[in-house]
Amino acid sequence: MADGARRAGTRIQAEPFDLGLEANAFAAAQTGAGAIVTFTGVVRDVASGDLAVMEIEHYPGMTERAVEAFRAEAVARFGLSDALVIHRYGPLAPHEPIMMVATAARHRADAFAGAEYLMDWLKSRAPFWKKEVSGQGADWVAARDEDESALERW
Amino acid sequence: MIDVLYFAWVRERIGVPKEQVETGAATVGDLVEELKGREARYEAAFADLSALRVATDQELSDFNAPLKGVREVAFFPPMTGG
Repeated sequence: MADGARRAGTRIQAEPFDLGLEANAFAAAQTGAGAIVTFTGVVRDVASGDLAVMEIEHYPGMTERAVEAFRAEAVARFGLSDALVIHRYGPLAPHEPIMMVATAARHRADAFAGAEYLMDWLKSRAPFWKKEVSGQGADWVAARDEDESALERW
Repeated sequence: MIDVLYFAWVRERIGVPKEQVETGAATVGDLVEELKGREARYEAAFADLSALRVATDQELSDFNAPLKGVREVAFFPPMTGG
């Protein structure tokens, strides 16, 4: 951050974020970490359809609590030196970033595992719901069985 | 009085995001039965409980959860974050 301020590790926001800026700021704030992993989820540009907008609804209050709990658990469980989660809500256009996680650890195995753990929990246990709006109408995105069963490995 | 919140297609079927409900229901499941008896839109939203998830006071819960002391109950489909 330009002002050097330490930003919160969990951010639930409507505003867009700059992936490069966030990744750089996160990396710059670390001490003792030899590995930084980042993951970004973006709105798919589906070739076969004409997705106009992805609307993301969430449960204000519960979302922040749940995501912060997953983040804290990831830090504790994988010995991360830090973790960041940004997740947006509201209407998003194709190609726009929906969310990102960043993890920092001494070694890469923990950084990767921490990021995967966070993603698995965010997918199925953070109170967000996606709706795809296209020329054909609007549909709520159904949860996938694979996402639910992905939690079993943790 | 208890605050009842609905999200995603549950909200759309019921027609409101939030309402206050006067209830003596002992559990979340009892509250659902009570609501289903009121109007067809609740019947439509709660037709298949296996397709629904529940939170009580903003913690994931289930239909057997007691309502005693609970201030807020939310109903929604399985979450699709990330």
